[in-house]
Amino acid sequence: MTAGRLRIMRGREWARPVRPARREVLSVLPELEQGRPPLLFVPGFGHGAWAFAEHWLEHAASRGFPAYAVSLRGHGGSEPAPDASLRAYVHDVTQVAAELPRQAVLVGHGAGALVVAHALARYPARAAVLVAPVFGGWSALGAAVRRNPVGTLPALWGGRLRLNRRQLFSAELPDAAARAHLARLGRAGRRAQWRLLFPGGLEPAVGRPPVLVLGSPDDRVVPAAALTRVARRYGSAPLLFPGMGHDVMLDARWREPVDALLDWLVKEPAPAVAALSR
Amino acid sequence: MSISTDHGGPDDAPATSALGSDGRPVSDRGDTVCVIGAGASGLTAVKNLREHGFGVDCYERETGVGGAWNWRHDRSPVYASTHLISSRPFTQFPDFPMPDSWPDYPHHSQLLSYFERYADHFDLRQHIWFGTEVVRVEPVEGDRWDVTTRSTGGYGPERTSRYAAVVVANGHNWSPKLPGYEGLDGFRGETIHASAYQDPAQLRGKRVLVVGAGNTGCDIAVEAAQQAAACWHSTRRGYWYAPKYVLGRPADQVNDLLLWLRVPRRVRQWLYHRTMRLTVGDLTRFGLPAPDHRVYETHPIANSQLVYYVGHGAITPVPDVRRFHPYGVELTDGREIEPDLVVFATGYLPRFEFLDPRLVGDDAGEGRPTLYLNAFPKGYPTLAVVGLVQPDSGLFPISHWQSVLVARLLTLRQDRPERAAAFAAKVASAAGERYSGRVKDSSRHWFEVGHVDYLRAVQRALNDLEATK
Repeated sequence: MTAGRLRIMRGREWARPVRPARREVLSVLPELEQGRPPLLFVPGFGHGAWAFAEHWLEHAASRGFPAYAVSLRGHGGSEPAPDASLRAYVHDVTQVAAELPRQAVLVGHGAGALVVAHALARYPARAAVLVAPVFGGWSALGAAVRRNPVGTLPALWGGRLRLNRRQLFSAELPDAAARAHLARLGRAGRRAQWRLLFPGGLEPAVGRPPVLVLGSPDDRVVPAAALTRVARRYGSAPLLFPGMGHDVMLDARWREPVDALLDWLVKEPAPAVAALSR
Repeated sequence: MSISTDHGGPDDAPATSALGSDGRPVSDRGDTVCVIGAGASGLTAVKNLREHGFGVDCYERETGVGGAWNWRHDRSPVYASTHLISSRPFTQFPDFPMPDSWPDYPHHSQLLSYFERYADHFDLRQHIWFGTEVVRVEPVEGDRWDVTTRSTGGYGPERTSRYAAVVVANGHNWSPKLPGYEGLDGFRGETIHASAYQDPAQLRGKRVLVVGAGNTGCDIAVEAAQQAAACWHSTRRGYWYAPKYVLGRPADQVNDLLLWLRVPRRVRQWLYHRTMRLTVGDLTRFGLPAPDHRVYETHPIANSQLVYYVGHGAITPVPDVRRFHPYGVELTDGREIEPDLVVFATGYLPRFEFLDPRLVGDDAGEGRPTLYLNAFPKGYPTLAVVGLVQPDSGLFPISHWQSVLVARLLTLRQDRPERAAAFAAKVASAAGERYSGRVKDSSRHWFEVGHVDYLRAVQRALNDLEATK
C-alpha cells in the first residue's frame, strides 16, 4: 500500500473548497440488476468520458456492471476549466463516486489513474484499477520528450500536451478510427499538467481497496518500468497486454484488458474479517 | 438492500451459548462489535468498523436511520426550518462529500437524505436492527460486553447478546435540560422545550418568550419575529452573534483560512472583533448585553438574522427570568412581561440510561462522563462513545475520525496488544482532557471542543498507533 499516514487535517480543503463545476457523466446500465458494484471510469488528461463510451461502458454493462464515465472539468462535455488543478479533478471524481448508488470501483486511465490514486485517499472505493497509469515525475518527462519532443515540450510552458498516433494506438487500429479519436482530444488545465512534474504527496488509500494495475509493455507513453513501479506501490505486479498502445480502451484489441479487469473484479475476494483478541 | 425487522436481535445462530449474570442464556456474537444508535455517529461507526473488517450489530430504537436529523423520530430536535450552522466542508463525512449542487448551509431534510444515501452507498442497513432499543450494557470477563435489547417501547422479550466491543453512539441532543424557575408550575401560559418545537405555526399570533441564546434559541427567536405577535428573547449573558457569511464567503471557511495560515489566536480574536464591528456593529446599542467573554471562548452562535430582527424591533432582548407568576414572567431587571408561550431553548443533557454511569467515568452520576478524547473511558478498552462532542464546527467529521480510531484500536488489540495497552495507559492518564482552550464552566460547554485542536489530538493518537506497524 502507499506510504504515508492517514491525514485528518485538511485546512486548505475546509477554507478554500473546490469551486463546483458542471460535469458530464455518461453511463450504461445492465438490463438486470445483478448486485455488482458500479464502475466509475476516469479518463486521462485530454480525454473525455467519450473514450470509455466508445467500447468499455457497453461491454462492462453487458457483463452486469453498472458503468459510468466522468469527464473531468475542462474535458469532454464538462464545463470549461483552463485553470483546473489536480485537486479540482480529484474533487470531480469523489463527487461523482459519492453520487453513485453503491460503493464504486474507480478505474483511472493515464493521468486519470493519478487522479484516482489521489481520490482513493478521499473516498473508500470498493476497488481500484489503474490502467496505463501516468504518475508523472522527471523520468516520465524524459521518456515523453525523447519519444515526442514537439508534442511534449510546449506543455512545460503551459501549452497543450499533444500525444501522437504511435503513442496512443497500435498499428492494428484502422487509420480512420485513430484519426477520429485524435481529433477529439482536448487539453488538461495548465496547473494540473504541471503537477505531473511534481507528483509527490500521494496519501494512503482509505478503506483498504484492492488495486489492480494494467497496461501494455508496448505503451509509448508509460514505460514498462513505470507500470511495475506503480504496481509495486500497491503491493502487486502489473497485468500486461503486449502489442497495445497507451489508449487500451480505444485500441483494436480493447476487449482483452476490460475483460481481464472485469474478471479480476468478479474473483476479487472480500476483505478478511478481523478478529479481536480476548 | 435488506432491512431487518425482527425485534429480537441478530438472526445468525449463535456460535456458542453462555449464561449472563442473571443466569439467562446469552447469544455469543464472537468478535462482533455492537454499535448503539444509527444516527450520524452510529452510521459512521458501522461503516468504519466494517471497513476495518469487523462484524457489526447496530441497534436503533427508531425505524429509520438519521437519529436527530430524522424529523420523524420522536427524539429528533429538528424543526421545519432547521438549517446547518456549519458549512458543507465542515459538516460532511471526510470520505463521502455532500453534492456540489447543495447550498452552503443545507436544510435538515437534505441531511437526512445524505445519511440515507450514506447507509445505502455503503450497504449499512443489513447490519442495523431497527425498532430495537438497548436496555442494558454490562461488562463481562475478557473485556467483553453483554448487551440486552428489546423491541422499542418495551414489547416482546428481552434478549442478551455478548459482544467483543461496544460503541455508544446514542446522541446527546435529545434529553431536554429544563430549568427550574420559581413559580413555573403555577404559570398558566403554555411552556415547551425547544425539542417540542416543530413548526412556525406554533408561534403564529402569540406573544412568545424564548429563553436561551444557543443556536436553537436564536433560530426560534428569529422565527417568532416573523410569526408571533411579540417576541422576547431572554439571555443570561452577552454573546457574539456571528453572521453566516463574511467577506462573501461562509464565515467558518474564512475563520479556517486563518487557522490554516496558523494565525495566532490573539490576532484572530482581534480580527474577528474588528469584523464584527464592521458588519454587525455595537450590539449593546440594540439593548443586547455586551459579551462577557472574548470570541472563541465559547462555540459561536451563527445567526445572520437575529440582530436584523432586533433592529426591526421584532425581537425584544430581555435579561434572565427571575420567577414565573400565574400570568406573567418577572425578569431580573424587575420588568414583568406576559407571554402566551414560553419556549425553553435551554439545551440537552446526555443520557446513557442503559449504562452504569461509572463505566464512562461519571462517578457523580450528573451526566458528565470523563473520557479521553471525549470517547474512551478509563479501564474499559473495548468501550467507546462516539459523537459526544460539541464542536465549533460540524460534528460528523469528528464522529468519523473517532470511529476510525476505535476501529484501529480494536484491530491493534489483536496485532500489537502491547501498543493497545499503551493506549489504555494514555486513556487513564488523560481522561477528561479538554480541547477547546478556556471555556465557561457550564453544562452547555461540557463537551465543547475546538475542531482544529481536537482533530489534531486525534491525528496524534492515530499516528501513535500507526507508528508501531
